[in-house]
Amino acid sequence: MMSTTVPVSGARSDGSDDKRARYKMVAENVSVHYGDYLAVRNVSLKFPENSVTALIGPSGCGKTTFLRCLNRMHDMTPGSRVEGRVMIDETDLYDSSIDPIYHRRKVGMVFQKPNPFPTMSIYDNVVAGVKLNGVRDSEILNEIVEDCLKMAYLWDEVRDDLKKPAIELSGGQQQRLCIARALAIQPEVLLMDEPASALDPIATQKIEETIKDLSSEYCIIIVTHNMQQAVRCSDYTAFMYVGDLVESGKTYDLFHNPKNELTAKYVEGQFG
Amino acid sequence: MSGTDSSAPTRSAGRDARVARRAEIRAMFKSNVKSRLTVDRVMLGVITACAITAIIPLFWILGQLVVGGLPALNWEFLTGEPGAVGAGSINVGPAIQGTIIIIGLSSLIGIPLGIGAGIYLSEVGSSRMAKQIRFFLDVFMEIPSIVLGLFAFLAIVLLLGHFSIWAGAFALSLIMFPIVARATEEQLKMVPWTYREAATALGLTNAAIAFRIVLATAKRGLLTGILLSISRIGGETAPLIMTILGSSQFFSSLDAPMDALPLRIWRFSLLPYEDARLAGWGAALVLVVIILAIHVGVRYYFQGRGGSGSGSGGLAARNTQKVNWSIGGRQNR
Repeated sequence: MMSTTVPVSGARSDGSDDKRARYKMVAENVSVHYGDYLAVRNVSLKFPENSVTALIGPSGCGKTTFLRCLNRMHDMTPGSRVEGRVMIDETDLYDSSIDPIYHRRKVGMVFQKPNPFPTMSIYDNVVAGVKLNGVRDSEILNEIVEDCLKMAYLWDEVRDDLKKPAIELSGGQQQRLCIARALAIQPEVLLMDEPASALDPIATQKIEETIKDLSSEYCIIIVTHNMQQAVRCSDYTAFMYVGDLVESGKTYDLFHNPKNELTAKYVEGQFG
Repeated sequence: MSGTDSSAPTRSAGRDARVARRAEIRAMFKSNVKSRLTVDRVMLGVITACAITAIIPLFWILGQLVVGGLPALNWEFLTGEPGAVGAGSINVGPAIQGTIIIIGLSSLIGIPLGIGAGIYLSEVGSSRMAKQIRFFLDVFMEIPSIVLGLFAFLAIVLLLGHFSIWAGAFALSLIMFPIVARATEEQLKMVPWTYREAATALGLTNAAIAFRIVLATAKRGLLTGILLSISRIGGETAPLIMTILGSSQFFSSLDAPMDALPLRIWRFSLLPYEDARLAGWGAALVLVVIILAIHVGVRYYFQGRGGSGSGSGGLAARNTQKVNWSIGGRQNR
């Protein structure tokens, strides 16, 4: 944990100052190359704990690429190269001496398309990460399943058929299951890559409620195409454009008093 | 955090407990990380060793072939008719010609049949008939090639009264056909169902969907299956003994006996002469080079016609593939 208490560049979107907020993750001068192509250019961003930060921007602006850096997911992409530092607490995720597997456990991730493991039941999907991390005690597993499904607002819908194959759930339910699965490894940070883009409005609303609810306990970073979604469920917003970070700040400020002309045009819907 | 935290007044009471419990659970699975990382590394070492061990014989064989066969190679050896064994002038011209002809003829018969059957199994495949065909194809694949050779001998050689290229190609295409059919089926099944839906919604006929969309998408993987079957028949010896017999003449007719490299290698290996031994190595080297050339040539031909994949098949490059290929060859864009 960081020992210093930093006065955050902003405060809660409701206006109240939260001097105790600390930065859970800090990205410093992060650049990502795919071969010769520079997808993200020198982005520095700080993510306070217990808050939601939204990354917005038009398609191809590098927001998903940047998000994936925060979990070292680019290790899996051939030909990609990441420069800069990503600090989680006080550890540099890209330090060659650390093990990414260990640190990924602090960071949960939810993807754009629901991707529950197709051969597993609902129950097994939730505890997949926990079980493979060595927890076998069925009481603890039951507790985790119930807690995580409740946090993801799925418990009431599936409590009676936890043994059902996960792929029999609807798209929205599958995505909430994926959130529960990500929460089950007890992360401190939750990365979400357009988690609601494949879902209908009702399911989207449920996911957003889940996000808002989780924000008091997790550092959540969400990529979204939907500006209304950013307004509805984030405390901070960062606007990216062709690989650059254009502007970041409190969500309310960014949408109502943007400092940059490009941001203003984007949030007004003039392009994107 | 205290209960007065304005961001989550209703939930903050249970929050501290939850955060603490979470830390407890996390502590449970942090402890064995080190040993698991060790297992991780050991496993990485093991599978790397497996991979390297698996390719050592390949390089060993290639090395042996080059060392043993290169001294035999010269223009006369590659193009001349075989002379007398023991006189130092053994050549494999007819055998090279025969191998190329018989691979080509077997492919002409076996590949279209196999692809057709594969499409049937994949696209029509839920019927009872398809299930039985699939079963028999699998059995078919398990039949030893010498038995297929015997069958071709009975069915064609005895019927016509003489050995012939036709009989050989028939035997080899029997080996090829089930391999190509099952490879086609497996590759087509890997094509995501949504592509068929999209094509159906465009008003395409079933045939157009199967050939222009599904087959085109699976092209690269299909190519791998086909090339494997070509390699397989390229080295078959037993069925050829009973069908094309062997010959010391160049090609005259598809209805006549013919020579082939595997036959030559087998015969040379039985002879106690130094020049036969050398010629056997040379023939083996030539056979491997021919099969490699077919692989490289076919891959090169289809490169740029099937996206940017690595060429090892599968659907890795499916998103960039273009629909421009149908059975029997190329189509212009």
